[in-house]
Amino acid sequence: MKDAKSQAKNAPPGRQGGLNAEIQARIGHQLRAMYDDVVRQGVPDRFTDLIRKLDAPTAAHQIEDEGESGPSEGGANNQEDGRD
Amino acid sequence: MPLTDALRDDILAAVPSLRAFAISLSGNGDRADDLVQETLLRALANIDSFQPGSNLPAWLFTILRNLFRSDYRKRRREVEDAEGNYAKTLKTQPSQGAHLEFEEFRAALDKLPQDQREALILVGASGFSYEDAATICGCAVGTIKSRVNRARSKLAALLYVDGAEDFGPDETVRAVIGGNG
Repeated sequence: MKDAKSQAKNAPPGRQGGLNAEIQARIGHQLRAMYDDVVRQGVPDRFTDLIRKLDAPTAAHQIEDEGESGPSEGGANNQEDGRD
Repeated sequence: MPLTDALRDDILAAVPSLRAFAISLSGNGDRADDLVQETLLRALANIDSFQPGSNLPAWLFTILRNLFRSDYRKRRREVEDAEGNYAKTLKTQPSQGAHLEFEEFRAALDKLPQDQREALILVGASGFSYEDAATICGCAVGTIKSRVNRARSKLAALLYVDGAEDFGPDETVRAVIGGNG
């Protein structure tokens, strides 16, 4: 770290070409390490679920509708309780 | 184009890097995921405007960046949240020494102007070409190049050059002391 500091100090200020290559390599490494830590977490379920739901709007409607009415063929069911 | 299975898979495949970009921009894990969610909703709602064969990640990054920009204008950065929440989003906590170095880096990155920070991240971490980064940011390729260069110079100065003469009192020391400088 100390070496890097003193070397950078000797570099001409304000010139990109003058920046120490080792420092630039470190910056690049740190940047990617930070970024890749998140990338490695993959896709959280939250987003998989979101895409799946949005992907099948018709299926979603069907599910909603199904709850309301059962099979309607008979209408009035046979009420043959046989009450005596 | 219509949302095909393949396209849906490609969008999902872009989510990890969208999150990484969002966290880099916002410095806040929870907000970053909200930003990614908004991006996906916006993308799916406008999927017809996506040109088949063009760069899907670049398209998604453009949406995310624009959302962040408009959001940013509204409520500004919640600076005090930046470090703690970012560290929480990491699965594995870095070791003590690495953690300190990581926080220093994160803090230095936060000091960059937003234009420079996003350009550096797009080119240096996301791996976009200068051309793609320029498309995402809606500016010229030369502008991206100079932003990246300035970002690198400034990070180098913040991290590896003694700040005393050129950059005022050392921020880290001040933070440790806890003064309200």
